[in-house]
Amino acid sequence: MNEKKKVNFLTLGLVRGIIFQVVGALLGMGFTMLIRILIGLPAWNAEPVWVSGMFVGVIAFLIGVGAFSDWFKWAKGEETSDHHSADPSLPGWAKYYSISFDHKVIGIQYGITSILVLGLAGTFALIFRTELAAAKMQFLDLGTFNSLIGLHGIVMIAAILLGIGAMSNYLVPLMIGASDMAFPRLNAFAFWINVPGALLVVSSLFFGGFDTGWTAYPPLSARAPLGMQMFFLGVYVIGLSSILGSLNIIVTTIRMRAPGMNYFRMPIFVWASVATSIIGLTATQFIALSFQMVMFQRLLGMGFFDPGNGGNVILFQHLFWFYSHPAVYVFILPGLGMISEILPVFSRKPLFGYKWIALSSMAIALVGFFVWAHHMFTSGMAEYLRVPFMYSTMLVAVPTGVKFFSWTGTLWRGKISFPTPMLFTLGAISVFLLGGLTGPPNATVATDLHLHDTYWIVGHFHATMFGGFMFPFFAAIYYWFPKITGKMYNEAAGKWHFWLMFPAFYVQSLGQMRIGLLGMRRRIADYDPALNFDFSHLIITIAGFVIFTSVVIFVVNIWRSVKRGEVAASNPWNSRSPEWLLPTPIPEHNYADHPFEVVGEPYDYGLEDAPYIKMPSASATD
Amino acid sequence: MAASVVDRTSYKYKLGTNRLGLWLFILSDAFVFGGLLVSRFYLMGNTRPHLEQTLGLVVTAILLVSSFFMNRAETAMAHGDQKTFLQGTLITLVLGVVFLVGVVGVEWQLAPFGPGDGAHGAMFYMMTGMHAFHVLTGVIFLWIVYRNGRKGLYTAEKHWAVEACATYWHFIDVVWIFFYPALYLIGTVVG
Repeated sequence: MNEKKKVNFLTLGLVRGIIFQVVGALLGMGFTMLIRILIGLPAWNAEPVWVSGMFVGVIAFLIGVGAFSDWFKWAKGEETSDHHSADPSLPGWAKYYSISFDHKVIGIQYGITSILVLGLAGTFALIFRTELAAAKMQFLDLGTFNSLIGLHGIVMIAAILLGIGAMSNYLVPLMIGASDMAFPRLNAFAFWINVPGALLVVSSLFFGGFDTGWTAYPPLSARAPLGMQMFFLGVYVIGLSSILGSLNIIVTTIRMRAPGMNYFRMPIFVWASVATSIIGLTATQFIALSFQMVMFQRLLGMGFFDPGNGGNVILFQHLFWFYSHPAVYVFILPGLGMISEILPVFSRKPLFGYKWIALSSMAIALVGFFVWAHHMFTSGMAEYLRVPFMYSTMLVAVPTGVKFFSWTGTLWRGKISFPTPMLFTLGAISVFLLGGLTGPPNATVATDLHLHDTYWIVGHFHATMFGGFMFPFFAAIYYWFPKITGKMYNEAAGKWHFWLMFPAFYVQSLGQMRIGLLGMRRRIADYDPALNFDFSHLIITIAGFVIFTSVVIFVVNIWRSVKRGEVAASNPWNSRSPEWLLPTPIPEHNYADHPFEVVGEPYDYGLEDAPYIKMPSASATD
Repeated sequence: MAASVVDRTSYKYKLGTNRLGLWLFILSDAFVFGGLLVSRFYLMGNTRPHLEQTLGLVVTAILLVSSFFMNRAETAMAHGDQKTFLQGTLITLVLGVVFLVGVVGVEWQLAPFGPGDGAHGAMFYMMTGMHAFHVLTGVIFLWIVYRNGRKGLYTAEKHWAVEACATYWHFIDVVWIFFYPALYLIGTVVG
């Protein structure tokens, strides 16, 4: 990347990993062909050879990047250093391109990857949005359109999972007073496995794409082009990251809290991360299993979802949605936690109903396990299942309502200020309210029969994702930027980002809901000009471009502020959270030299004499 | 204040952390097998594939017996009995390999259907295959523990790897206790 700093390019873990992945994939393909010859099959059959080659490539990447090195040493009976330390021969920036066990480095790695992948997924969206701006096919062919909508979906999901990884890896250990995650090596492994996984998913474009959308329903996915297999394999690998990352967060939270921090003195974001992790740890196995079963159906002719061979396509939908519905709670819970985290700081008031809001995250996560079939009201599943799933889905609105009540109560009569992080937090509440209120019509069987598979669903879903993830994610980046980099972001550019994104998103989302109600089907490349949707689609497309522009402003702002932003104060927001009492940049082992004890409630902003923590080393400077 | 702080770097504290991590991993893994069981009953209902009953009983017995030796090995290590520990680990490893040969090497060849033959074929090969993959990883783990054990790396106080290996092995065994009746015993034979 930056040769002038005299770093041997090949020593960077990322570069080595990608070289290993290519070589490993080729070796894996050769090996598969050899086995095929030995058991008397023709050497070349594109599907099995590519799939097993790519699988070996993923493992090779991880070996190349060094994710297995310490574990191999353990297997050989060698000891490894208990405390990680940065390689002193590398300049500061290079550690982000190589394996590191420091949760803060891993958090930044997640974050940067997330923003890159977000940009890619957004670009996919702009391409097909441009196509949709007018009726008739303009410049895309139907297959490419289908691949692009599927890729937009799954790459965005990867971006969101990475963004959650960024927030929870960076913040959870800092918020609970730990020196690192419970399993630093597993943490690094869980990050790096995303890279070959993301490469695989995107590579599907070069293997004929896939025309199923991100849900990959058989029977279509059982006979889609080879790109489908790359999609399955990539998602499978990214899912493993989610499982291992979740495991790490739960163990860290249970075992590594600072003295005095009992469960009901943990920051809300930590509660939300644990709730998310419970889903990620368990339900993810079901999407992995369902995708694996389609892969095997294609490779070995196993008839799981082939009605002509003893299978049943509805089974796939059950397995798939058992993860993929709770997955949306995985996407939003950290964001909702983030709202509760930032809101009291800029309202200078205690968080309203701490215990309720802590437990509401858990409640959403647990209820989320029992709602999956509301995606299947029109699928032909047993009819008696519809009403119970309708009610269980409605139940989710209760803990979500608790959150809104708490946010309103927190803002009520607060001394509110409006810097960029607060704007994004308020934007998140507003957009998530739109997403939340448009949910129950889809949960109600009678209305869902009309709304199913229309742009109404697209509008609803994007509102939940923007309110539940995008806005809080940006709020979090702006909020912690001074602590992470020691610099201040440009406030004016931050406000531009918000004031472009916020109205543009409303236009886009409400526009989608409008044409959805009027009968615009989702996922189709073209529509009848007689429907008069041209103008609405044009407006939605323009709004999409405005959103993209606002994200470009964000990236430029971050980039420039890192390079030559003003030096930030140590605790510019007057936060009570312990990480703000640490020096900037945060020492490698966090609180090793700054131990603290929790003595009060986390969100007692604006109260006299109500300290949260007692940090002897910080009292001198404060 | 300092006195109340638990020493987070002590072996004992880390052991507790590791145990929690392993059990959460097992919980997560159990969802894979749970998903397979759900699929089995969804697709096959109250029927089962035509399988070699004697062989099924034999491999099941072998796996159950292997868990006994695994437990013996772990208990021996906890008491510092190096010899019994190594013996038990080796026997477990051999029994694990015999189980694998029995299922993949013999049962897969004897079965009158292939993976592409209907729901029975698909579910049978998927379930036994997924379980056999876990047994294989367990065997590799056992081999690593045996090898390091021979080097004398484990003591009565510090043998987390042995404990982890034993817990994982028992888990694989428990999974089979559910899979065996699901494939061999429940329902009427079809095909």
